[in-house]
Amino acid sequence: MRRALHLPYAEEELRAIEAGDDVVVSGTLYVGRDQVHRRLFEAISAGGDPPFPFEGSGIYYMGPSPAPEGFPIGSAGPTTSARMDSFSPFLISHGLRLMIGKGPRREEVRKAIEDHQGLYLQAFGGCGALYASCIKRSEVIAYPDLGPEALLKLEVEDFPAICVIDSRGRQYHM
Amino acid sequence: MEQGRAIRPEAVERISAALIKAARVLPDDIEKRLEEAMPSGGKAESVMDAIRRNLGISRKTGLPMCQDTGAFWCLAEIGRDSDASLAAVEALIIEGAAKAAEDGFFRRSIVSDPVGTRANTGTNLPPFAYYEPVDGDRVVLHFLLKGFGSENCSSVRMLNPTAGEDGVVEAVVDMMRAAGGKPCPPVFLGVGVGGTMDRAALLSKKAFFHGKESRRMLDAVNALGIGPGGLGGYPTALGVDVLSAPTHIAGLPVALTVNCWAERKATIVFERGEI
Repeated sequence: MRRALHLPYAEEELRAIEAGDDVVVSGTLYVGRDQVHRRLFEAISAGGDPPFPFEGSGIYYMGPSPAPEGFPIGSAGPTTSARMDSFSPFLISHGLRLMIGKGPRREEVRKAIEDHQGLYLQAFGGCGALYASCIKRSEVIAYPDLGPEALLKLEVEDFPAICVIDSRGRQYHM
Repeated sequence: MEQGRAIRPEAVERISAALIKAARVLPDDIEKRLEEAMPSGGKAESVMDAIRRNLGISRKTGLPMCQDTGAFWCLAEIGRDSDASLAAVEALIIEGAAKAAEDGFFRRSIVSDPVGTRANTGTNLPPFAYYEPVDGDRVVLHFLLKGFGSENCSSVRMLNPTAGEDGVVEAVVDMMRAAGGKPCPPVFLGVGVGGTMDRAALLSKKAFFHGKESRRMLDAVNALGIGPGGLGGYPTALGVDVLSAPTHIAGLPVALTVNCWAERKATIVFERGEI
C-alpha cells in the first residue's frame, strides 16, 4: 500500500505504516551518518541535549556530494544502515524513532523499534540524483567540521521509500 | 607535486573529463544490462524503476548518479616501450583525479588517518593506484570510482588447494550471502583467483577490465534471491568477471570485489607523446 508520512510525524500516521508499504515522505528531515551517530551518543551519554528535537523527527543516513550552483544539495542517496546498528537502539530509546537508510538491520535494532514503536524505511540505494530532486532546502545545523558527514536539516518533498520494519517490529523480507 | 615533471595539460584534462562523465553516465554495456534486466515483480521492480529514473535525472541535471562518488582506484598499465616515465604517469593520475574531484563536484570521501582523527583530506585524494609493466608503447589507465557501501562487502578467502571450481563458486556465493542487501544490489562482481592474498585482491578489481565472464557464478549468486535493494527476487547480480593467476602448491586464494549497480569505470589510452 502507498502511504504518506509528514514530518514532524503524527503518531497515528507513523503507526499506520506497515512493513512492505511504499512510503512518500515530506517535511523536515535530519541527516546524520557514522560520525554524527558517535557524537549524538557521546552528547546524550554525557547528559547533554541533542542538537535537534528527537520527538517527531526522523534521521536519514546520508552524506551528500557538493551542491553545484543553483542546487540546494548535490547527490543525496542513502548510505548503508548496518553501520549505524550499534548506536540505533540507544538513540531509539531516547526518542529518535524514525530512521531512513538502506539495507538490513541487526535484530537488536528491530527489537528496539518494536519496543518503542519506531519505523525503519529503506530508500533506494545509489539513487543520489533522484533524491536530490526531492530535497528543497538543506542547511548544516551541527558538527560542520565533519564536512560531508555534518548534521543537516532538510526540507523534503515526495521522498520515496519502502517500509522495511514497521512500528510493531514486523519486517519486510530481508 | 614536485617540479620538473612536465605533463601535458590535455592529458590531465582527458582523465578529468572521463572521470566526471563516469560519475554521471554508465558505460553502454552496463546501462544495457540494467535496462534489459527483467525484475521479478514487486519491490524488485520498484527498485529497478528507481535506478532507471535516477540515471535519467543524473544525465539531465548533471548531478552524480550517487553521492558516494567513490575513491579513485587506478590500474596503470605502462608499455615497456613507452616514452612516459613512471613519475609522469604517477603525476598524471594524481592531477587528473584532483581536477575531476574539483570540477566534477565529487564528494570528499577520503580521510587521512583511518583509526584516530579520521580527518578528511578535503581533496578526495590520494588515489589508490597500481602500476604494471605491459608489452607495447602505450599507457592505459583503468579507473574505478569505488563506492564503499559495496567495498565494505569485498573480501578474501584462502581456500585449500583441493577446493577446485566448486570451492571457488561456493566461496563467492558465501561472501555475497554475507553481503546481502548492504552493497546496493544488483551488483557487479570481480573475482580474483590465485596469486598471494594481496594479488588475489588486486586481480578481483582488475577483473572488471580483463576478466572472463562466469555464467556459472552469476547464476549461483542470483539463486541467492537477495534481489534489487536486498528486497528479494531477481536480479541480485548482473555480471561476474573472473581473473586468475599462478599460485602456490599449498593454496587457492579467492578474492571478491563487490561493485554496486552503479558500475562506474573509465579507461583512458595514451599513445606515445601524449603524456
